[in-house]
Amino acid sequence: MIRTGTRYRMLALFVAPALVVYVAFAVYPLLSSVGMSFFDSGGGESTFVGFGNYVELFTNPTTSERFWNALVNNVEFFLIHLLVELPIGLLIAALLTSGRLRRSVGVYRTLLFIPATLSVVIVGFLWRLIINPLWGIVEFPLLGNEATALPTISLMSVWQYLGIPMVFLYTALLAIPDDVVEASRIDGAGAWTIFWRIKFPLIAPQFGLITILTYIWTFNGFDIVYALNGSAPGPNYSTDILGTFFYRSFFGSSGQVADLDLGATVASVIFAIILVTTAAYFWVLQRRLKTYEL
Amino acid sequence: MTTVTPPRQRRRVRPADRAANVGLHAALIALSLGAVVPVLIVVMNSFKTTQGIFGSFLAPPDAETFSVQGYLNVFSRGNFLLNYQNSLIVTILTIVLTIVLGTLAAWALVEYRVPIAPALAGFFVIGIMLPIRLGTVPLLKTMTAWGIVDTLGALVLVYTAMQLPLAIALMTTYFRAVPAELKEAARIDGAGEWRTLWITLPIVRVGIAAVASITMLPVWNDLWFPLILAPGKGNQTVTLGVQQFVGQFQSDYPALLAALTLGAIPLVVLFAVFSKQYIAGLSKGYGK
Repeated sequence: MIRTGTRYRMLALFVAPALVVYVAFAVYPLLSSVGMSFFDSGGGESTFVGFGNYVELFTNPTTSERFWNALVNNVEFFLIHLLVELPIGLLIAALLTSGRLRRSVGVYRTLLFIPATLSVVIVGFLWRLIINPLWGIVEFPLLGNEATALPTISLMSVWQYLGIPMVFLYTALLAIPDDVVEASRIDGAGAWTIFWRIKFPLIAPQFGLITILTYIWTFNGFDIVYALNGSAPGPNYSTDILGTFFYRSFFGSSGQVADLDLGATVASVIFAIILVTTAAYFWVLQRRLKTYEL
Repeated sequence: MTTVTPPRQRRRVRPADRAANVGLHAALIALSLGAVVPVLIVVMNSFKTTQGIFGSFLAPPDAETFSVQGYLNVFSRGNFLLNYQNSLIVTILTIVLTIVLGTLAAWALVEYRVPIAPALAGFFVIGIMLPIRLGTVPLLKTMTAWGIVDTLGALVLVYTAMQLPLAIALMTTYFRAVPAELKEAARIDGAGEWRTLWITLPIVRVGIAAVASITMLPVWNDLWFPLILAPGKGNQTVTLGVQQFVGQFQSDYPALLAALTLGAIPLVVLFAVFSKQYIAGLSKGYGK
């Protein structure tokens, strides 16, 4: 047995390096961002301005219009992932675990996951080339039209990340013991009934988890939009999401001056949006989803 | 593998089952083609001349349209080898640092059960969900103050912080599965704590492999932090390099497609090799 004093010493010794890096480069910057949003560092010196930066963000006609536009676009970006990526991911996971496949499972799984291993830069340009009106595969300029640009980019992202919910739900379904499924099969249940009445309720917590992770990831989205349309994503900001708006706020772009205070404020607002939704989800929903001991 | 395998004879018995199997494979093959064909089209066209690409995007290269000029252009005009080198340095250093720090922390959190250990573990696990990009403004300030902005080191530090929570969550599950008798036997034989951890490592090597494979993808493919923390020509990673190259050579299609192909190959190959570890890592890490 190790003495308690020794245990504290050992714990501190082994955990300290990880803790220092994690706090210094992840936790502190996030909290510090929130702190910075209450100060004005314009003249080289920081002065406390309370909610001044927030008032500025929401009352300045330009920033406020851009923010709400980006938020609405981001909701759409998330909803397309929710309504297309998750159901298809669930479908593939269900097909892979239907019990009818043997060695081919591994092959399908790997092939279907390949897009998720590519960088967004590659995915963006790959699809831009394929849907290029020049080749005539699609005559319509999908990315050049305000109404279709955002759904097009969202679907490219869905195509890329389909493998993530697939793998999540696939491993969840694999964990269901055979005898549970076998018992209902003997009772005469068909594949459809078995899936929705037996299997899906058992993986509901994992389905909830991947939903909330998708929410966090899409509200942190930036790469695919930036790769395709740059930091002031057109046409006419129709593909601007919170990540690109945040980038412009502290990095600047044509038509916008770099402003670190505004950047910290925007980051804090996005952080609040993510935090409130995630917390609400865990308090309200995840507690109601029963976790079955298997 | 724990795949459910139906008894052999049933596969031959009912024609309905056979139809279902055919339908199942047809659906999965169609979906797999949807995932792979767009990538193959790009790879295929990277070996064609501009005329070949414009003439028929979907036709494979023939004697007339085959060309490796795109690749020659990428290597003569881009910084591809340097970009590869930067990505390799950043990814490998991040993986090593994440594994070392993550393993030490997870070992301690499992092994030294004092009242604050669970709280500490929870503090790390929260990080799996934290959107670290939102701390970019203070990060940029810190890196500038320390004079390490526009260095690969800045990227390694941020990525390690970003990947540690998942690594610790994962390694914790693997360390929990190590039999207590083994560690007690080591201690009774007079092994110190470092030595005991060393003896345990071979048992958790699957976990270490899983950590390495889930750290690799997001680090190699990230665009945000290279763009902000290391945008200088000499420090660009492959992801950022491809982005800039494609921006500069919009009209040179063979080179563009060659750049995309070169950017994609390493991770597709690595994933194909380590897909089992990756899948285990992803599901176990987030499963908590």
